[in-house]
Amino acid sequence: MLRLRAQVFNDIRQFFSARAVLEVETPLLSYSSITDPQLDFFTTDYCLPPLQHTLFLQTSPEFAMKRLLAAGSGSIYQICKAFRNGEAGRFHNPEFTLLEWYRVGFKLPQLMDEIAELLGVLFNGHRALNPTQRFSYQEIFRSYTGLNPLEFSYQDYCAYAQNNHKPEAVSICGYDHALWLDFIFSHNVQPQLGKNAVCMVYGYPACQSSLARINEYNSQITDRVEVFINGIELGNGYYELTDPKEQCRRFDEEIAIRQIRKRPASVKGKHLIAALEAGLPECSGIAIGLDRLLMLLANSASIDDVLNFPIQRA
Amino acid sequence: MASYSTNEFKAGLKVMLDNDPCAIIENEFVKPGKGQAFNRVKIRNLKTGRVIERTFKSGDSLEGADVVDVAMQYLYNDGQFRHFMVPDTFEQYQCDEKAVGEASNLWNDAPLSVSPANFVELAIVETDPGVRGDTSGGGGKPATLETGAVVRVPLFVQQGEVIKVDTRTGEYISRVKE
Repeated sequence: MLRLRAQVFNDIRQFFSARAVLEVETPLLSYSSITDPQLDFFTTDYCLPPLQHTLFLQTSPEFAMKRLLAAGSGSIYQICKAFRNGEAGRFHNPEFTLLEWYRVGFKLPQLMDEIAELLGVLFNGHRALNPTQRFSYQEIFRSYTGLNPLEFSYQDYCAYAQNNHKPEAVSICGYDHALWLDFIFSHNVQPQLGKNAVCMVYGYPACQSSLARINEYNSQITDRVEVFINGIELGNGYYELTDPKEQCRRFDEEIAIRQIRKRPASVKGKHLIAALEAGLPECSGIAIGLDRLLMLLANSASIDDVLNFPIQRA
Repeated sequence: MASYSTNEFKAGLKVMLDNDPCAIIENEFVKPGKGQAFNRVKIRNLKTGRVIERTFKSGDSLEGADVVDVAMQYLYNDGQFRHFMVPDTFEQYQCDEKAVGEASNLWNDAPLSVSPANFVELAIVETDPGVRGDTSGGGGKPATLETGAVVRVPLFVQQGEVIKVDTRTGEYISRVKE
């Protein structure tokens, strides 16, 4: 396993080096945090007597890397640790390894080509994959459930839950469209995706946009892509939002949701907003969970098998 | 009774679900990178024995079920109920056939299910006399135990001897030296 990890890192570095994408390093500790209501961060105390500051461990290197992009770095990649509090399970460890990269000038389809090429290189010699599949969120959601993910119909969604032995979905999700999509997608769609193949799902509904740009032709969807193999979520990418006003608005919205749900308060990334104001070049980027990738390469059932010291033994 | 959050759901934990006591079998954490976290839980209803799958929003909690494991001695079967006794207090419980078979639990002071110890030592009250020279290999003969159960034992085992029996298979294991 040690060798497999080293081999994968090496293959990634060769892949990007051949494409003149620069390897970078950014801080794991930051004065600001994400605002995403679905993520919990770790905090730590920075003591510099008489001063004391709260610092956050990054949940992904996205903000720092975007600051580099705005400063004119060109295309960059990074292999680093990321931390998400409270996430532990067969596919989650609170500390995990990410590969994140940004391609200046790429739109989503080009990024998707590159994802397929990289995964092809990494799986080569370990496991033969079936041809890569690409589906729009709407088409894949509809084909497995018969529901339209872009239009929220409370009746249809409830009826679907009842008919699929998931009546609890009604009380969990209520009238929250995004929550319904999370529920149904993760229970009834995702497990079917990418049978021994890379499966990319793009065009997420606008209510699940996060840091993606709204599609220029259809305002109901965003330029966001997710990558799956054997039903395992490997990565999430965007045609990146470059509008500082829109970004600021989404941050404020998420902070408000965090307050309502009484989640730990986050500190808005001032530097990121400043970077967007200075001008983030048109770019696309994605983060891939390398531990899960190793699970697939090694055919492991649990993330603990590919970590030297999972959290219980950290 | 304490309540348990989805993070504390472990195999074997007893909780109340839809007013029935249930035991957690399996708990899987499901979380899209950019979405709501869920726990998909396999759970056994201890009253009906049925296994169901149920999804919870991560962080939700369930009331613990007041289910206790009690070691008891089997007394007799009256045709309808089987009777058990707690050896320390001499308290007696009766339970119907449905409850006998699974793990032994008490809920609201009513027996929910009974599981025998894996191995029990019982005396043979009746069996045919053995023949000298027989070994443990080969045929065997039926032997009636003090509880009334009949198991096959090797020919050399005598009436009055105590033997060890595996209750999961109903098979003879060995003789027990007194």
